[in-house]
Amino acid sequence: MPSLTSADWSAVWLTFKLATVSTVILLLVGTPIAWWLARTRSKWKGVVGAVVALPLVLPPTVIGFYLLVAMGPEGPVGRLTTALGIGLLPFSFAGLVVGSVIYSLPFVVQPVHNAFEAIGRRPLEVAATLRAGPWDSFFTVALPLARPGFVTATILGFAHTVGEFGVVLMIGGNIPDSTRVVSVAIYDHVEALEYAEAHWLSAGMLAFSFLVLLALYGRRRQAGGGLG
Amino acid sequence: MNKRFGACGARLRAALRLLGLPLLLALQALVPAAVAGERITVAAASDLKFALDEIVADFRRAHPEGTVDVVYGSSGKFATQIRQGGPFDLYFSADIAYPRALEAEGLALGPTRPYALGRIVLWSRSRDASALRLQDLADPAIGRIAIANPRHAPYGKRAEEALRAAGVWEAVQPRLVQGENIAQTAQFVQTGNATVGIIALSLALNPALAAQGGHHLIDAALHAPLAQGFILTRKAEGKVLAAAFADYIGTEAARAVLRRYGFELPADD
Repeated sequence: MPSLTSADWSAVWLTFKLATVSTVILLLVGTPIAWWLARTRSKWKGVVGAVVALPLVLPPTVIGFYLLVAMGPEGPVGRLTTALGIGLLPFSFAGLVVGSVIYSLPFVVQPVHNAFEAIGRRPLEVAATLRAGPWDSFFTVALPLARPGFVTATILGFAHTVGEFGVVLMIGGNIPDSTRVVSVAIYDHVEALEYAEAHWLSAGMLAFSFLVLLALYGRRRQAGGGLG
Repeated sequence: MNKRFGACGARLRAALRLLGLPLLLALQALVPAAVAGERITVAAASDLKFALDEIVADFRRAHPEGTVDVVYGSSGKFATQIRQGGPFDLYFSADIAYPRALEAEGLALGPTRPYALGRIVLWSRSRDASALRLQDLADPAIGRIAIANPRHAPYGKRAEEALRAAGVWEAVQPRLVQGENIAQTAQFVQTGNATVGIIALSLALNPALAAQGGHHLIDAALHAPLAQGFILTRKAEGKVLAAAFADYIGTEAARAVLRRYGFELPADD
């Protein structure tokens, strides 16, 4: 019976690594953005919110194309990374992380943003009257109250990065252990008419995705509808 | 009474206006097949991109009554799609083995016809590729090298064979990037993300790419021949236009275009 080859396993491991690294970065980058969006009265709020949501509606080909050009040797990002001695990002793991962070940004920012908004101003005002500084009240009041939003953001950010395909196909270059993630490995199996191998990986993805969504919706039901 | 009827009429008119566009589009989708003559769809390997565009343009001038759509992609993917009932009347593959397999499975209309031999070249935008040799690729200073995916793209398979024959396959491994098909491979080099690529001569001879850098023709003795072939699929049954297009590929006009794009032709030498 055919099953996963060692190349397939390394694609699974690489996908897991990419999703983990991307999710950690997304939480670090997305939390301040979500906090700012929830608190600000700036006229730029609408613009920033729209930019963050762009990957929801843009075809991955648009993101892939611009990343490939921008990170190439003549692009602004490519010039910067070359000058910094990092080299060029396309066809590298770091390049995929950059792509994933952009591609999954709204899936992390929006749940956290909603969670921060749901807290309202009252708890933080109370904290302020108890002489909590802004950082103190952020870490001891806002973050714990927004916890369900962070759990949703982590699950969605991770799962969405695992499901990435178009961007990787355009900036990945299909390099084992570096850019050949599961979705691309499946595509290659199908192209090479290796349907048995494609089935194994695809069924694995199907089961994984279902379990992730089950965890998400099961949690929401317990929380009584709660945060999206 | 009259007033009420008037309101009703206005509502009807508004509803018609609202439905008008979708209705029109739905009707249009039904009509052209009957009015505009035959429509055929050609699936072609992406190495044919520029050559076949010219051939189809010439063919259209001779057959203005019909419509010829061409889709470019990887040969392997089209073979799978045709097996699953893909709507293609003709299939041009960069590897003649794919249409032959379809023929053996009874999916072809008539025998597989060879139409060309492909060649591979070294191409670069930032270096003078005409002075490059396969052995030079072993030098890490060259940077990234793009080839098509050797597992399923015919040009990728031949690139791997040539790199192995030149004794540099192991040396280039860490710097190798793979395009999904030969056109994406050329695009990796054109955007500068790879320094050198092993691409189809037919793409390197396209004016846009030829203007950007020379190429070095890789010795055909280093790899198995890139024998290419096409079939009419079962979908083309009874379609006059599809048969006419298949015959047109054998005409001197079409062969001249293929030759100009660097293809070697079956009974040419």
